[in-house]
Amino acid sequence: METNTAPNRSRKPLKHTSIGARREEKYFWLFISPWLIGFTVFIAGPMIASLYFSFTDYAIMGEASFVGLQNFVNLFSDPLFYRSLFVTTAYAALAVPFSIVLAIGLALLLNAKIKGQAFFRTFFYAPSIISGVSVAFLWMWILNPQFGVVNSFLYEVFGLTGPGWFTDPYTVIPSFVLMQLTAVGSTMIIFLASLQQLPKELYEAAAIDGASAWRRFRNITIPLISPIILFNVIISIIASFQIFTQAYVITDGGPDWMSYFYVYYLFETAFFQNRMGYASAQAWILFLIIFVLTFLALYVSRKNVHYEYDK
Amino acid sequence: MKHLFNKTHYSPGELSKGGKILTYTGLMACLSLFLFPVAWMFFTSVKSLDEIVSNPLSFFPTTWNWSNYLEVFQNHPFATYLWNTSWYTVVTVVGTVFFSAMIAFGFARFRARGQTFLFAIVLSTMMLPQQVVMIPQYLLFNSIGWVDSYLPLTIPAIAGSAFLIFLLRQFYLGLPKELDEAVTIDGGGYLTIFFKIILPLSLPAMATAAIIEFMFRWNDLMGPLIYLNSQELYPLSLGLANFTAAYAATPWQLLMAASVMAVLPPLTLFFFAQKYFIQGVVISGTKG
Repeated sequence: METNTAPNRSRKPLKHTSIGARREEKYFWLFISPWLIGFTVFIAGPMIASLYFSFTDYAIMGEASFVGLQNFVNLFSDPLFYRSLFVTTAYAALAVPFSIVLAIGLALLLNAKIKGQAFFRTFFYAPSIISGVSVAFLWMWILNPQFGVVNSFLYEVFGLTGPGWFTDPYTVIPSFVLMQLTAVGSTMIIFLASLQQLPKELYEAAAIDGASAWRRFRNITIPLISPIILFNVIISIIASFQIFTQAYVITDGGPDWMSYFYVYYLFETAFFQNRMGYASAQAWILFLIIFVLTFLALYVSRKNVHYEYDK
Repeated sequence: MKHLFNKTHYSPGELSKGGKILTYTGLMACLSLFLFPVAWMFFTSVKSLDEIVSNPLSFFPTTWNWSNYLEVFQNHPFATYLWNTSWYTVVTVVGTVFFSAMIAFGFARFRARGQTFLFAIVLSTMMLPQQVVMIPQYLLFNSIGWVDSYLPLTIPAIAGSAFLIFLLRQFYLGLPKELDEAVTIDGGGYLTIFFKIILPLSLPAMATAAIIEFMFRWNDLMGPLIYLNSQELYPLSLGLANFTAAYAATPWQLLMAASVMAVLPPLTLFFFAQKYFIQGVVISGTKG
């Protein structure tokens, strides 16, 4: 499975005088026209508008009035902004490492030569496709403090009173993380695919040298799959910072604002309070955060990620 | 792509007896952790509320109250939600996949100035948080009177999804160009190539794209939440989210029955198309 880069054909010098090349160019624009229109109307235009709105006070009814940097100034003295940033960061800081480690672990298990491989792959993957409202309700039920199975089990078997999970400020973020862990299937599949492309020779050589399974994992597997780890870390960071559905369905941002995630706050500002200007400023800060974190992940990993094998 | 799941690549070889026991134990432990919630959801959906409250630890129901499922339909506009979600998902998926295929073909097959640059823009839109464009989009659709209809949810989607364009382009780059030439010799144009050669050949890739889009549309909550006000327009996600509003105490058995019905279509689809689906995720995850 060699990496496909940009089409080689495009690197050849084009002869724009030839009828064929001009015809090709015409068809190129024709085929991509839906994207071109969609991009202009639904992405580029709104981005410019959003940037403009972030400098205005705008409540749908009435005109947008220009307020300069006021929205950003207000944002930086808004305690809810800091709270939402804190809980989102805390969630991401727990969810990203745990799901990456679990996904690698599962991928290693599924990569072993065992019976029923296809069966296990299917069942580990399946939970990640049924995300959304119904799964949020399921977890709300399982972790229900009074009748939920987890707390009932803790009480009946160990005589312990379990935590309130989603209703306790200290356990609400870990509860969201726990729920997210059952959805590691798609990350796991990507790791599994990369494990299956590792060169056999290195492992055979290492085995002959007497390297233990742990050493082979630590010194061969991890470096070789490091680009995929980085890819998955970046994807997970982006997804974690945009968590919304679960919080909307289960906690409404509570208890004590401890699940008042960033996008939840943004949504309330825009569509409950009609403060479109302020919400636009929030959106651009989110964009900036995601951009900086992605850049940071790439920067921090530049010494530890090995691309040699690809070349 | 096709050699991904065969045995020519690295595999750890035969496990020792201890390793085998360890691996199976790990697998079974994880499997029960993953399957337990879904099984719990199903068994709760056929219990009575009395049993749920008085005996929270009973796994299998003592009586099977299939009437819970009927009650969901009788006391809630569940059939409407289901119908709304179904047609909206199908229309969006068909439109999105078709246009994404067309756009992907454009990027994969033709030489044109600015092509590389434009494709870089396609890729970078995947990084853009949806929330940045969400507010102006809402204002736009509000000003042209599209709010409280399905148009804002379908039209932008149908204009192509960056992720699907990327996925399908990768697939098209792997198809030999000689196929095109055969058509050209027979006097066919690019449209013939696209409809007669590319589309039929890329059915597996299109299936992957369709399933990914299906899962996303079926589960999406934020879009419907923003654009739909009338309850008769609600899709399942939004209908379910508001399910408990009418009750003083949560009717867990009904909530779980509704949830089972909401996850059944994606699960069924996944069951029949898992081979394509897993391959598709693999392609998109490891290339580029």
